[in-house]
Amino acid sequence: MNVARVRAVVRKEVREFRRNRFVIVTLAVLPLIFLITPLITLFRIPDSASGPEVKAAVGVLSLLMLIVPIAIPPVIAAYSVVGERDQGTLEPVLTTPVRASELLLGKAIAAFVPSVAVAYAIYFIAAISIRFGAAHVVSSVVWHPPQLLAQLLFTPLLAAWAIWVGIGISTRASDVRVAQQLSTLAGLPLLGFTSLISFQVITPSVPLAVGLALALLAVDVAAWRVVSRLFDRERLVTGRSAPRTVSPARSELDRAA
Amino acid sequence: MSWHGWAVTAGALAGVIAAVTLLRGSSARLPVVILILGTYALAALLTGGAEAGATEPIVAQVDEPAPTPRPEIPKRRERRVPTGPAALTVAHLTKHFGERVAVDDVSFEVGAGEVFGFLGPNGAGKTTTVRMLATLIAPTSGSAVVAGIPLGQADGVEIRRRIAVMPENPGLYLRLTVTENLAFFAGLYDLDRPDERIRRALDAVNVGARADDFCGSLSKGLRQRVALARTLLSDPAIVFLDEPTSGLDPVASREVHDLIDGLRDRGVTVFLTTHRLEEAERFCDRVAILNTRLRTIGRPEDLRDRLFTKALVVRTAEPLPDPERVFAVPGVESWSADHATSYVLAVSDARVAAPEVTRALVAAGADVLSLSEAQHSLEDVYLELVDDDVEAHA
Repeated sequence: MNVARVRAVVRKEVREFRRNRFVIVTLAVLPLIFLITPLITLFRIPDSASGPEVKAAVGVLSLLMLIVPIAIPPVIAAYSVVGERDQGTLEPVLTTPVRASELLLGKAIAAFVPSVAVAYAIYFIAAISIRFGAAHVVSSVVWHPPQLLAQLLFTPLLAAWAIWVGIGISTRASDVRVAQQLSTLAGLPLLGFTSLISFQVITPSVPLAVGLALALLAVDVAAWRVVSRLFDRERLVTGRSAPRTVSPARSELDRAA
Repeated sequence: MSWHGWAVTAGALAGVIAAVTLLRGSSARLPVVILILGTYALAALLTGGAEAGATEPIVAQVDEPAPTPRPEIPKRRERRVPTGPAALTVAHLTKHFGERVAVDDVSFEVGAGEVFGFLGPNGAGKTTTVRMLATLIAPTSGSAVVAGIPLGQADGVEIRRRIAVMPENPGLYLRLTVTENLAFFAGLYDLDRPDERIRRALDAVNVGARADDFCGSLSKGLRQRVALARTLLSDPAIVFLDEPTSGLDPVASREVHDLIDGLRDRGVTVFLTTHRLEEAERFCDRVAILNTRLRTIGRPEDLRDRLFTKALVVRTAEPLPDPERVFAVPGVESWSADHATSYVLAVSDARVAAPEVTRALVAAGADVLSLSEAQHSLEDVYLELVDDDVEAHA
């Protein structure tokens, strides 16, 4: 693993994002919608509201806050490989010494940082707003430590998972739009998981949050490895997979990549 | 801040005002509104505003400055015969895409420092061969040694470290500046002193003045030059140029040619695939003609000699009364009349035959308009071989 090459990829990707209006608008507008709607509901809850009513409303907020790291990264990640192929920039990159794992890690980090930063910022705004603006009964549920810990831990891990799924699809998709649609669809199962936590079907506790986070971390690392193996230079350049059984040279090249 | 920075901030403001109007009025909620507004304004500024202005010129095509006219000096570099170790050795390289054979049993060697031309019609397998040698795709069978490293048995990364490939499409990031594009590639090669290398590479292709321009604003010729600068960054042992002058105007093509000359002078091995036969004839020490299979390989003049019979062309003012007797001289193997007053003589050696034929014509009292050696170009060689293939497949 060459850190300089990963850094070069991250720097290039971030520069491109900053000049891409689509990415900017997605990063800015989508979380705003997710923020305002539940805040309106929570600010209208009086101190006299019942416990289940408050928990349900806070559950919606938590769910939306966890949807942000699932929904935003695929927009960026799905473009990362197939988008470069479409604009003809991938082949020159593949002729350099960069390994598939380095290239993909760089692209993942570049998608991860802004996505998680926005997700944290949105959650921070929501939590502070509720602390000072909502009824005490709401604030006490939102500022429950295990709930906060779950949000803090799961936000980056869910984002990482969504990014690897997006990049994995991007390495195999034939078209950017298809990749983005499939990546968004692939994020749906995660919604089930986040719903269970948000609505406290799985009651968040510190050991549970840490345990689930470690499991997600392991899944993310495995996803990086799997996606790196899915990265087939021949398929990306020619549109056809390398015949793995025919060529003894192929396996050597794959190992080298 | 750019327009979308303001747009996002305005959107946030509108959303928050809407939210506040729905809430019961309370002075305690004012800091929340300010916090939301402030964070969004900051986010908009950080994520897009700072450099968003740079997006504006990307689609614009800016013509490169008019070049100073220079007289075209036709030149043909002295061809080198490779003597040292081979930079590239290819043995029985074959590539199938399903049932289709793209490259079939191709073998050749390229010497270190040689400019090697790889010619062939569309679909002949030129680009596939380059991709195999650049470790982008795996051969179905056969082997190769690239810059001293066996293909398929060694680390593809190490091969790619020693070569540079310029595909037909320059493949530049249009949202990045020229310098940013090269900095990215310098990073991928993990080069020392990248800034200095970038400056040198840009100077070598004469685009130093456009270093801070977005690639999206460059003309096609300038983009091609930037792509060439990219191949120079890592000081590669072998440079693969895939149709480097495709679609370029004559001035831009000449600049690319100058650069190939420069690479030759620096001892870089150049593997040039091209459709432009005059380009290959002028620059390449040797050429190979590929049409899925390797049809021929050698120096252009050797190919001409190998493929075409040496011939003299005689033109006279009036038809010769008895050409059979006139051309019965040493060195002339056979003759044919091209027109009534034009004759083509097959000869074993033009230097021997030409004086003999001249004397015979003078002795016969012929009014000779011209006597010259028939010239065949690389294009003739190419067309002869490719036409053979077309006929064979018909």
